[in-house]
Amino acid sequence: MLPAPFEYHAPHTTEETLELLDRLGDEGKVLAGGQSLIPLIKLRLASPAHLVDVNRVPGLDVIEERDGVLRIGTLFRHKSAERSALLASRYPVIAEAAAQVADPIVRNRGTVGGSLAHADPAGDWGSVVLALDAELVLQSKSGRRTVKARDFFFGPFSTVLQPNELLTEVRIPAAGSRSGGAYLKLERKVGDFATVGVAVHLQMDDRKVRSAGIGLTAVGPQNLKAEQAEAALRGQTLDDAAIEEAASLAAAAAEPKADQRGSVEYKRNVVRVFTERGLKRARERARGGA
Amino acid sequence: MGWPISVTVNGEKVSAEVEPRLLLVHFIREKLRLTGTHIGCDTTHCGACTVLLDGVPVKSCTMLAVQADERQLTTVEALHAGGALHPIQAAFKQEHGLQCGFCTPGMMMSSFALLADNPDPTEKEIRWALSGNICRCTGYMNIVKAVRAAAVQMKEAAAVPAGAAAGS
Repeated sequence: MLPAPFEYHAPHTTEETLELLDRLGDEGKVLAGGQSLIPLIKLRLASPAHLVDVNRVPGLDVIEERDGVLRIGTLFRHKSAERSALLASRYPVIAEAAAQVADPIVRNRGTVGGSLAHADPAGDWGSVVLALDAELVLQSKSGRRTVKARDFFFGPFSTVLQPNELLTEVRIPAAGSRSGGAYLKLERKVGDFATVGVAVHLQMDDRKVRSAGIGLTAVGPQNLKAEQAEAALRGQTLDDAAIEEAASLAAAAAEPKADQRGSVEYKRNVVRVFTERGLKRARERARGGA
Repeated sequence: MGWPISVTVNGEKVSAEVEPRLLLVHFIREKLRLTGTHIGCDTTHCGACTVLLDGVPVKSCTMLAVQADERQLTTVEALHAGGALHPIQAAFKQEHGLQCGFCTPGMMMSSFALLADNPDPTEKEIRWALSGNICRCTGYMNIVKAVRAAAVQMKEAAAVPAGAAAGS
């Protein structure tokens, strides 16, 4: 398969990238890891007139935890997240999700920012940033703005990102010492789209929940934040009953569609079971267990 | 419109002018005439087109040739560069790690990268590393065995003093 012709741009700085995106407007499309965009242009489901390849822009693949914030640059690749000791020890929800994105070869190329900007409702990163209550930094020639993850997505493959903007980094509130998380994903085979995925992040205050984040994958028109379940957990001692209650609320928040991967009832039940398992695993980790 | 690229392919510098929409796999097969790299699904699922970019496995049907500019590309042909079968190739042959052979170049390139990174992988690690490569013949059993056998072989070869292994 051959994509339709396009003009290729390979900027070397963020400024140059933003200048190009500003000039190209609707006709320009950012190429990051390309693991979704290149299949799309091959199938001609997308035919951008200009591709702006950001892979040569230095500094966009940063990972840094400083001043209470974990910053992950847009070009940070799934494989790097899978292998990061920092993420494995302090942000297990990220490390576990990264290791389950697509397949190992795709993870070598695919990027955090590309995945978020693509906004596939079956994408794993969307649920992770929702669970972590992250902020996304969108930069354009005229300035930068910060958008909460929950305000970023609005439907399948749709985000508030404007054509002249580049998603430059994800900003995550730094995990406290008593925190834990998990990502659970059901897929028919490696590389298939998720049947269901659940991202969980817990921050404890001594024995009580200070904040809980739950993101749902592939059970709605976009990644969903199970806000009622999160609210029900706040201030709780997190016994099994509280976890079961939150799991039921998360299942109720899911809006799955029946397809070859399962019925509505089945998927909703997987959300319930995964939320329960995820919260228990996160609780264990917040207490200093594995 | 041509875009000039310069790629180191299996150790040799190659310069070319390519259309930006040219996929890396087409560049490899049609411009370089290195047809060991196969096109399987053409939709980023099967891994038959796997090559190494700066030593890292990538699906060459899901990259543009222009993106390989100034990079190191390794294709399956490099395994045979010495004129003898590479231990990975020999092991796939010995252990019947292939039937029709279509997926084999991609399997071997993923195996090559795995063994460079982890010279003594467990069966689980091998299955994990190869999970982006699909085989429709073997059922994977013998592929996993082949990678284990290659690991052992390569470890033994590395333990033999230089020169003593010549001709083996």
